[in-house]
Amino acid sequence: MQRFPETGLSRRDLLAAGAVSVAAGTTGRSARAEGAPLAASANDAVAVEPTRMKVGFTVNGTVKELDVDTRTTLLDALREQLHLTGTKKGCDHGQCGACTVMVEGVRINSCLTLAVMHEGDAITTIEGLGRPGELHPMQAAFVKHDGYQCGYCTPGQICSSVAVLAEIEAGIPSHVTEDLTARPQLSAEELRERMSGNICRCGAYSNIIDAITDVSRSPA
Amino acid sequence: MRPFTYERATSPAGAASAAARTQGARFIAGGTNLLDLMKLQIETPPHLIDVNGLGLDTIEATEEGGLRIGALVSNTDLAADARVRQDYGLLARALLAGASGQLRNKATTAGNLLQRTRCPYFYDTAQPCNKRQPGSGCAAIGGFTRQLGVIGTSEACLATHPSDMAVALRALDATVETVRPDGTARALPIADFHRLPGDTPHIETALEPGELITAVVLPKPLGGRHIYRKVRDRASYAFALVSVGAIIQSDGSGRVALGGVAHKPWRVEAAEGEMPRGAGAVAGALLAGARPTRENAFKITLVERTLAAVLNEARG
Repeated sequence: MQRFPETGLSRRDLLAAGAVSVAAGTTGRSARAEGAPLAASANDAVAVEPTRMKVGFTVNGTVKELDVDTRTTLLDALREQLHLTGTKKGCDHGQCGACTVMVEGVRINSCLTLAVMHEGDAITTIEGLGRPGELHPMQAAFVKHDGYQCGYCTPGQICSSVAVLAEIEAGIPSHVTEDLTARPQLSAEELRERMSGNICRCGAYSNIIDAITDVSRSPA
Repeated sequence: MRPFTYERATSPAGAASAAARTQGARFIAGGTNLLDLMKLQIETPPHLIDVNGLGLDTIEATEEGGLRIGALVSNTDLAADARVRQDYGLLARALLAGASGQLRNKATTAGNLLQRTRCPYFYDTAQPCNKRQPGSGCAAIGGFTRQLGVIGTSEACLATHPSDMAVALRALDATVETVRPDGTARALPIADFHRLPGDTPHIETALEPGELITAVVLPKPLGGRHIYRKVRDRASYAFALVSVGAIIQSDGSGRVALGGVAHKPWRVEAAEGEMPRGAGAVAGALLAGARPTRENAFKITLVERTLAAVLNEARG
């Protein structure tokens, strides 16, 4: 670690001291500031207490009324408050796609949206697509084609897959669509590109593409 | 995440004045970048103003023959709009080259312009960063710089702007429309919207405190071939090492903007006069005065080669 000879302090010590003086100087709450991480940014002058709010939305067709800390993501509301644990928390930063759900029919990362931002919305999770003995065609195709190994990313993969077929049907282009003015094709290349926001660390990708392709070819 | 209070804005001017009332307040639209940063306590707003109810989510024709894109139009909807695909292919291509399907469904036009850098030292809260904590220093200088800026950098910051969309908007000469906390509106050319880091890298745009983007306006279509070529470490879902956005006319003239090289989408209008002399001349003029590090000097060559590929494609 870099040392500063004049003070005997490390760069880390100096930065921590700087963070405390910035926070203490602007809020006058040194007790809180001492606990502040090194990350303390310039704009955290005003500290507020945890805040709760009511929010209502529909999940898989059922109206839900919740009382949440404003910080609660849609993902945490689904899992921790509604106990719909099919939706998975992978990276919690929008990089892995395990938390993919559909809001008003559109797939999103539920980890990067706040529950309070969904007042009145209709949310579909993996539990709303199908159930044991009554599988959604995409769930059945994942089973048939072995589109998983450990299964952790699978709910997000399936929600994303269902939405991908809807996006192609709606004519939404992708990075690999050759002609922007034509309808996008249902090809493996298109599916791979469109599924790039869902990571599978077991590497079941080729079977996942087979499963989606199978569903896309079956009569609706 | 630090605690915050939350309100839903009901008018653009009301949102702007609410933002000016609370120090450190942030607007939230898609939230895909802001919430990521809040979880890491890189952003710690005490108050969030949800602007999703403002109705700024339509794309309308302007009297000048262009398009006015509402600030809240999602990246997916913008890329899928028939007029954008027909007349502004560069913009559609740039949008589709960015992020993932899920993120594009939430990310908005204004939010994309305002996204923060992905410099690893900005994200690493154990390291100094002048952008995250002004005056703390820049850990990138002397650090790992492969992904970082090569031109317009400063002694305080080497970060790049990560947006693909902004590169297209720069080449198209878009205009950013805003409303300020006192209710007045203004229009900023995209060229003046993003700032170079200088000694204040935490100030990234020309927006005033509380000022809200309401729309992005595209001038009337330019015609020509629209090409966006993005070079990255993966085939999909990765930020650009270098990207080239170009609109090339049949006579060989055109416009070029670069991503992945600077703190803002990089365009030098004078360099476009070099087009008849080929990619090497244009790239040389675009990147004159570049100060790459040993780790990212490859970007200089990569820009020239990517531009050569783009010009070749335009001729094909």
